Amino acid sequence: MHPDELLDLIDKENEARSRWKHTIHICTAAGCLSCRSDALKEAFDKEVAAKGLAEVCAVKGVGCMGTCNAGPMVRIEPGGIHYGPVAPEDVSEIVMSLDGDPISRLLCKESAVFSSRQHKIVLENSGIVDPERIEDYIASGGYTALSTALATMSPSDVIAHVVQSGLRGRGGAGYPTGLKWTTVAKTGSRRKYVVCNADEGDPGAFMDRSVLESDPHRVLEGMAIAAYAVSAFHGYLYVRAEYPLAIKRLAKAIRDAERHGLLGNNICGTTFKFGVQIRLGAGAFVCGEETSLISSIEGNRGAPRPRPPYPAEYGLWGHPTLINNVETFANIPPIIRNGGAWFAKTGTEKSKGTKVFAIAGRVNNTGLIEVPFGITLREIVFDIGGGIPEGRNFKAVQTGGPSGGCIPAEFLDMPVDYESLASVGSILGSGGLIVMDDTSCMVDVAKYFMEFSRSESCGKCLPCRTGTPQMYHILGRISEGGGTRYDVQLLEELCDLLKNTSLCGLGLSAPNPVVSTLRYFKDEYEAHILDKTCPAGVCAMASGRMVRQ
Amino acid sequence: MASETGTSSGQPVDRRLKMVEATMRRYGNEPSALIETLHTVQEAFGYIDEEIMKYVAAVLNVPLSKVYGVATFYHFFNLKPQGKHTCVVCTGTACYIKGAQNLIETIGHETGVKPGETTADRSLSLLTARCLGSCGLAPAVVFDGDVAGRLTPPDVLQRIRGWKEHAS
Ligand SMILES: Cc1cc2nc3c(=O)[nH]c(=O)nc-3n(C[C@H](O)[C@H](O)[C@H](O)COP(=O)(O)O)c2cc1C
Ligand code: SF4
Ligand code: FES
Repeated sequence: MHPDELLDLIDKENEARSRWKHTIHICTAAGCLSCRSDALKEAFDKEVAAKGLAEVCAVKGVGCMGTCNAGPMVRIEPGGIHYGPVAPEDVSEIVMSLDGDPISRLLCKESAVFSSRQHKIVLENSGIVDPERIEDYIASGGYTALSTALATMSPSDVIAHVVQSGLRGRGGAGYPTGLKWTTVAKTGSRRKYVVCNADEGDPGAFMDRSVLESDPHRVLEGMAIAAYAVSAFHGYLYVRAEYPLAIKRLAKAIRDAERHGLLGNNICGTTFKFGVQIRLGAGAFVCGEETSLISSIEGNRGAPRPRPPYPAEYGLWGHPTLINNVETFANIPPIIRNGGAWFAKTGTEKSKGTKVFAIAGRVNNTGLIEVPFGITLREIVFDIGGGIPEGRNFKAVQTGGPSGGCIPAEFLDMPVDYESLASVGSILGSGGLIVMDDTSCMVDVAKYFMEFSRSESCGKCLPCRTGTPQMYHILGRISEGGGTRYDVQLLEELCDLLKNTSLCGLGLSAPNPVVSTLRYFKDEYEAHILDKTCPAGVCAMASGRMVRQ
Repeated sequence: MASETGTSSGQPVDRRLKMVEATMRRYGNEPSALIETLHTVQEAFGYIDEEIMKYVAAVLNVPLSKVYGVATFYHFFNLKPQGKHTCVVCTGTACYIKGAQNLIETIGHETGVKPGETTADRSLSLLTARCLGSCGLAPAVVFDGDVAGRLTPPDVLQRIRGWKEHAS
């Protein structure tokens, strides 16, 4: 599709949109779908037709609006009225009220607090465009970054913007994206690959899923721009098989983009070509690690290999490979559209832009948020998250999944960025935030993560293969009331060992949950070891007390 | 070939084999198609048995040991037939914090199965997952492919007992 055809399509879409007096947006991302939002959309379709409003009122399935725990969510435009949860019985009343006052009984309480502190770059289209219609994405400014880049920028101009933006990888380690692109671009090989890491193995995280389900074209556009920048002609999206809806929408998005000449040969009427294939993960956390992901795409067991050589030089089938996370790619189109300097205005000195967090656990408003770096944990948990339910007390927030740590209340006012979280012994990770209150036992939480690492260890290197089960057993002993002071010392030694001798990130970071709980919640370990009690009442202690409500 | 009993799709074997062949062909029968092929095998037959592993090994020209190694490495693949209904309880962090363990215990009490097991009459398999990505609705369970969130033990019992009534 040539740039002027793109503009024609935008005009046509806008003309269609101008006929609508009202638009009813219904969330069709996985969260709301699991609360039957598909039936709700059908009910709206029927009701609008029955009332003879089909000419003036559009019913649109859109992506995630963020307030997942109030789902199924409905938004009415104009007016920006958020309703949730909505039942099929409410449909006729909503349609009746379109020209009148909003129905106060159905207004979503969470949506106001939820949106006030947010800043949307990655999620700018989420909940607004229909993820299954490429026209809708294009009309919202989609693919203009790609067509502009191809028409007016050289690959090194593109990279210069990414470098200037200060964007860092959103998959966990926070490696500067511009630097990675530069490395791949510099390698002389004629065959290169671009890979999108959509494995999202961290339990408690669903940012990537939401982006893929709500705005799949944005990720494809980001990948195509990256391919142009590093001169790759082929790409893979490695998506976890547990995300069937995301896979379905991505597959459709790829077909539609090919049909519109935005992927495939002669993209936007230029000589640039880029094709993308989906590869399914199969439920192995370690496959999120880049060398293991490569091995999995090649059809092998997903075992990591030592780096260097890094995939940027030696990746898929031995060729230079650029691997970025879903959210990293999703940041690219706006960076190219608005320039690297624009992006660098948001965030902190060393962490630019925004971060999407999945907030879950013992907190009132669970869901998906996008906030600028530098916001405090307190603002996230108490302002946006609405605090702790049932009048209980905040205990900790767990960030970074099994590679991260638990951050206690004393650091709630710390700004959130890569360095600050690392300085208190956790990591930003991919952006899962699990809030815990006084009903969570920190020994139990450490044991939970160690069980995870133990069962996800690929077994290739000894420290991780045998160390994680050892640590798990020790934690099990402590939680059952059979622990001694010596066990804590042993745990500390094992943490040290794994951190220094494992082959890949899984083993290197597996001790983090233990180290951080030992650091901030030593009293809970002591209560288990010395008093044989579990202060939170979670662990089955020697006394036979077994309470988990 | 995979036996016809115990598989959930109810389609004749050759239709299912055709699906598997189509996947292999789509990837040019390359060894790198192995994981995609195993996904199709599982989708078509419900699980991956030794006969079909041998067949896939032959077509893709990879050693049987490698097919077996890959099939066992990834948690998503089942090597045993599954029950008529499946119940996948999420044991990710968010669901764990919100009591996923209680759901597993409840199902265990009701049916006598532990995670990873199938009831003796093959009516139900209980599985666990590492996070379904519906953490905002924790605790979450997939009943026969449908995700349901914010579940309590009584909700889960109701679903399972509902299946039983339909069966009889
Ligand atoms: C055990 C392990 C699991 C990982 N899982 C993921 C994952 O699920 N998604 C992801 O994007 N990155 C994951 N990573 C990080 C990737 O290896 C890699 O750094 C990242 O995809 C690079 O992209 P980025 O620079 O855009 O962040 C994981 C790393 C390790 C060590
Ligand atoms: S650290 Fe663990 S997961 Fe990584 S290579 Fe070693 S055994 Fe495998
Ligand atoms: S932790 Fe259960 S859905 Fe994510």
